[in-house]
Amino acid sequence: MEIIKKGVAGTMQSSDLMVFVEPADTLRLEIESTVIKQFGHLIRAKADEVLAKNGVTAGFIRLTDRGALDYAIEARIETALQRASAA
Amino acid sequence: MAKNSLGREIPETFNGKRYMPYKDPHAIVPETFHFQRASRMLKRNYSGASKVVGGLREAIIASGLKDGMTISTHHHLRNGDRLLNDLVKEIDALGIRDIRIAASSVHIVHAELIPYIKKGVITALECGVNGPIGEQISKGEIKCPIVVRSHGGRARSVISGEVPIDVAFLAAPFCDEYGNFNGFYGPSACGSLGYALVDAQYARKVVAVTDNLVAFPALPIGVPQNIVDIVATVDSLGDPKKIVSSTTKLTKDPMGLQIAQYAAMVIDSSGYLKNGFSFQTGTGGISLAVAGHVRDMMRERKIKGSFGCGGITGFFVDMLEEGLFEGLFDVQCFDLKAVESIGRNRKHQEMSAGLYANPFNMGAVVNRLDCAILSATEIDVNFNVNVNTESSGLLLHNTGGHCDVANGAKVSIIVCPSIRGRLPMVRDEVTTITTPGETVGVLVTERGIAVNDHLPELKAELIRRRAPVKDIRQLHDEIYAVTGAPKAVEFTDEVVGLIEYLDGTIIDTVRTVRA
Repeated sequence: MEIIKKGVAGTMQSSDLMVFVEPADTLRLEIESTVIKQFGHLIRAKADEVLAKNGVTAGFIRLTDRGALDYAIEARIETALQRASAA
Repeated sequence: MAKNSLGREIPETFNGKRYMPYKDPHAIVPETFHFQRASRMLKRNYSGASKVVGGLREAIIASGLKDGMTISTHHHLRNGDRLLNDLVKEIDALGIRDIRIAASSVHIVHAELIPYIKKGVITALECGVNGPIGEQISKGEIKCPIVVRSHGGRARSVISGEVPIDVAFLAAPFCDEYGNFNGFYGPSACGSLGYALVDAQYARKVVAVTDNLVAFPALPIGVPQNIVDIVATVDSLGDPKKIVSSTTKLTKDPMGLQIAQYAAMVIDSSGYLKNGFSFQTGTGGISLAVAGHVRDMMRERKIKGSFGCGGITGFFVDMLEEGLFEGLFDVQCFDLKAVESIGRNRKHQEMSAGLYANPFNMGAVVNRLDCAILSATEIDVNFNVNVNTESSGLLLHNTGGHCDVANGAKVSIIVCPSIRGRLPMVRDEVTTITTPGETVGVLVTERGIAVNDHLPELKAELIRRRAPVKDIRQLHDEIYAVTGAPKAVEFTDEVVGLIEYLDGTIIDTVRTVRA
């Protein structure tokens, strides 16, 4: 999947997250979270997994997390990616 | 360091004082320790003249406040309080240092005190805190030893003289020049003065601070002239509109409503919901939703309750006026409707913190409670509850009456969502123990109800009614399956605070969080 423009998904509500995607030459993932100390490792693992599954090799992906569960992280990233890759 | 019975490491001394580790809820019997009531000097006042000395500065000077002394204030104006901030500013301006604060609580508005902690004006907190002061203490950013006490525990520590208050500066919303006052009327009316009543009896000097000096006599009397030394006048004690916190609204959240419905099932199954029922809830959205169910059941079945207790809200006032309770015991008013009621309803009884929950007397009101709804920041698989620190390890909340009520009520019910912002609320171990599990009856989450072993009949009745009863460990496992396992927060070895149980033993400590 190729990132050709900016894409956003999610909300700033508790237990949700915002995902910001934009084109870039390399793949860069930035995570900010209210539970970074407790769950930073699991959030990163899930984000990496979703990016790999979608074949994303380049793009700047930014997560602003408010304690979302894994399925919400997956859904929000997928949506942001689709919005950023659609013509 | 010694381990208490819950496995927490407790220092033998803290800030120069010795403490006993927690053992069990009934381990400390005051008679065997020869605990005494604190005494204070008898005084004689020949004069009938006004006790008004001027403003705060004049009152501080007249009180004889010196370096190293302990002062107190009450928190009935909660986040609308101005007195404590103004007082510390004046104390600083007079060059007085090394003051211990033994307020009944400290709120977010008191973040203004932080520069005075840094400056050495305030060097210890003999009370729990809400908000930034605790946060900075647990990050190691400010140094100020803190002993967190419950409402009943604080009353005990003042009455026994463990925390001797040199000068109590008591906000007095309706006060005369000879020192009689109440909290019912005036621009800063806050209703019950339950916490202040203890300080007025036991502090060495009592200063009534008012923004509403009325003609003698200020009736009805809350605190009487014969125990008030000084009267001071100020422009404003604060803003009573800020007594109500954002949490005192009925929840609309479907998960909260589900929890409330299960909690109501627990109360209904307890066998206590009949004539003579007594009940306490907090101000949280879920608690109020539970109160709504209780009211509906009492109406339908024409039940006349005995009393409602605690911090009192307008919701309880409505129940009183509808005749659903014989009376209300009010240690603090949680909203302006309660403030308005206590000055008008003879059955809306002002109650001192000692009467409410001091464990060392001939019986506190909490002992007469049937069911109580309590919240939790975390609970562990042994039902130990944390309300003081967040899962991040930061000390952000005071105990309130949590452990007092859990200990007193026949059925204490913890209502808590199973997950908050990915954090599992049922843990292997809580960050900080506020309330020991053996005093907790039931945990209600939206995923199910866990009943502690000492209530087997309630558990059987809930199962009979097809309530979603689960073992607390099963609840724990279900929640972790959804959230994943959190990494433990790391702490240093530096103990910056103690969590005191209501009997004065130490149930846990607060350590600084590793950055």
